[in-house]
Amino acid sequence: MGGKSYNEMYRTDGTARSHYLGYGEWLKDQPADRLAQKRAEADALFHRVGITFAVYGQEEGAERLIPFDIVPRVLPLEEWIRLEDGLKQRVRALNAFIHDIYHEQQILKAGIVPAEQVLCNPQYRPEMQGVDVPGGIYAHIAGIDIVRDQAGEYCVLEDNLRVPSGVSYMLENRKMMMRLFPELFSEHRIAPVDRYPDVLLDNLRSVAPTGVADPTVVLLTAGAHNSAYFEHAFLAQQMGIELVEGQDLFVRDEAVFMRTTQGPQRVDVIYRRIDDDFLDPLVFRPDSMLGIPGLLTSYRAGRVTIANAIGTGVADDKSIYPYVPDMIRFYLGQAPAIGNVHTWMLRRQEDRDYVLAHLAELVVKEVHGAGGYGMLIGPAATKAEIETFRKQILATPERYIAQPTLALSTCPTFVEQGLSPRHIDLRPFVLSGRDITIVPGGLTRVALREGSLVVNSSQGGGTKDTWVLQSPC
Amino acid sequence: MLSRTADHLYWMSRYIERAESLARLVDAHYRMSLLPHSVDALAQSLSSTMTALHMEQAYLERHDSIEPRAVFEFVSLDRDYGGSIVSCLRSARENARAVRGSLTSELWETLNATWLEVRSLRTRNTSRADIGEFVEWVKERSHLTRGVTVGTMLRDEAFHFTRIGTFLERADSTARILAAHQGDLKPGADAAAVPDPYEWSVLLRALSAFEVYRRVYRDVITPFRVAQLLILRDDMPRSLLRCCKEVYENLKSVSNDQSEETERRAGEMHAMLHFTRMEVIIADGLPGFLQQFLARLRDLGERIASDFLVPPAQA
Repeated sequence: MGGKSYNEMYRTDGTARSHYLGYGEWLKDQPADRLAQKRAEADALFHRVGITFAVYGQEEGAERLIPFDIVPRVLPLEEWIRLEDGLKQRVRALNAFIHDIYHEQQILKAGIVPAEQVLCNPQYRPEMQGVDVPGGIYAHIAGIDIVRDQAGEYCVLEDNLRVPSGVSYMLENRKMMMRLFPELFSEHRIAPVDRYPDVLLDNLRSVAPTGVADPTVVLLTAGAHNSAYFEHAFLAQQMGIELVEGQDLFVRDEAVFMRTTQGPQRVDVIYRRIDDDFLDPLVFRPDSMLGIPGLLTSYRAGRVTIANAIGTGVADDKSIYPYVPDMIRFYLGQAPAIGNVHTWMLRRQEDRDYVLAHLAELVVKEVHGAGGYGMLIGPAATKAEIETFRKQILATPERYIAQPTLALSTCPTFVEQGLSPRHIDLRPFVLSGRDITIVPGGLTRVALREGSLVVNSSQGGGTKDTWVLQSPC
Repeated sequence: MLSRTADHLYWMSRYIERAESLARLVDAHYRMSLLPHSVDALAQSLSSTMTALHMEQAYLERHDSIEPRAVFEFVSLDRDYGGSIVSCLRSARENARAVRGSLTSELWETLNATWLEVRSLRTRNTSRADIGEFVEWVKERSHLTRGVTVGTMLRDEAFHFTRIGTFLERADSTARILAAHQGDLKPGADAAAVPDPYEWSVLLRALSAFEVYRRVYRDVITPFRVAQLLILRDDMPRSLLRCCKEVYENLKSVSNDQSEETERRAGEMHAMLHFTRMEVIIADGLPGFLQQFLARLRDLGERIASDFLVPPAQA
């Protein structure tokens, strides 16, 4: 697989691509021990600052670093501009889709997306039917996972519209690079990323319920044991807003308040980082200790804004993903600027027949799975694993989709033996408010094991700083 | 600010202060153990101190008898005992982590670095010298934490709740240490110099008051003056009066609709200490005085919790 992949830094003849020329020169001049020392320094700093994540299934309180790689992923300006246009278009269509299915359902009536795919989806929330949200925006924060195929073409692998995470690593990775290698930043014109929290706060304020002049925004977390707690605390601090848990909030007369040392204080916008299921025990999971009883009533009455909105999961589900290019055509009347990865839907007979005959070559995913769990990577799987999946597919075909095994592009990465190519993806964060804004770049995730295509941090993935060069090469 | 945030800040600083108080006690007794001195006196002092701090029972569940080395290790390093120094440092860090966004990054990093170092410590086979070094290090980290708090935090509610936690804990600690030694502070014993200066130096050192005593009184150590220094001196940072003054001042800065009575009680405690005289306290009996002081302190802590930190539902 590795041989066919597109290498971000080097052409097939071994010369550096033009947007990597400056970095390549610099890298050649660096003594190996300096780089090793810088890597150790980065690890020590991340530990000290406490940039860690909790790993599910480990003993309570286990905190790990997400490995940080010091070789940046570089994007030339012209490629970024194309990506940016495509991402804005896609998120605009996805928001239009969510609004539509909770209102007139034109796309279902037009037969473009099968109605049962939406209405029988566990992520579809009937409670949201007919509810108007400020500005018609549902996915205020979207993390769109982009990969690059053998030909160097960008395509979308996955949309994350519920509670996408990782942006704190994008910001901290940049800070770390500037601290470790300041000289690189004076030699390159790299687009800054540090205004992300300002843009996010501005957007969240802009979607407050009508009539609120100076809205109070809070960030709702599940608490210090959540795997992304560092990010929650980080973003709340950067935006200067309160980091609240469910127990800090209560609903009275359809309004949401937080308990403060000066008595109850009204809350207008909740940037929530917990799933729909846990938001309101009166409506969703009754056993949830994380949520706020009565929140949905307040929300439906338009007294509080929740970002992302309730019910966005129906649009980023893997069973809906194949229809996103059609949504772009339907709602915007445009051709998609970034395509999808070809996807077989196993509920269709002809797709299923093909996939079952080619399991050893394909990647099979559970439609409701996330985080790299519940998937089969055919070329890397044992015969037994393939047979297990075959049985599962035959039992419940509608629960699976399949895609070709992508030779994700690679980027040089420091591993035990020195510099070596490793597979990467890219998650830009698309913010919707008055406008759609994307801070240049995003989070580059890297699969650290040789040949591995799984970039998720829960499965041994690392991250890199992502540079968008501001001047054309 | 959020009640829960204030609660975490309050406990964060209480735990740090408690770790420092314990480190001082271990340090003072450790020094005593190095002197050519009666083994019984040391064991006696350790025993009464642990009783005053309610640690004796937990200790005796794990050990057969009061043995100085075992006590030092138990108080300093026992991870399974929630009241040990390492457990206090862990609790301080956990409280800080829960509200790290409300701390300056310098303060968070200081507490986190302290915890990372504690975690890497060996717990077994600690030599005598290691214990001395460890408590010395704990005191340094506490000094650093306090310095970073005062030097970097905005003077807002977060700061005041942090201070309230610090001084309530410190008042509690000073009162308990005095209580552990109250047998030597009997009325009538005030005139003469103490027969056993070792024990007094332990008490004074445990409260960072040994040098201060010399400086203030320039004379032999008497129980009367020790009590006066640790209870009634306004300029002595660990005295009961000073701590109550700080609690009262900080409480006034966070005042809310329901806290009037709590402020009044804090002010009353401060006024009582400010206007009383040592002769009155001795005449009424020091043990009873300390008992009553600790009870009022506990009441104050509970009132602060229900007024600010953990308000009753739908308050």
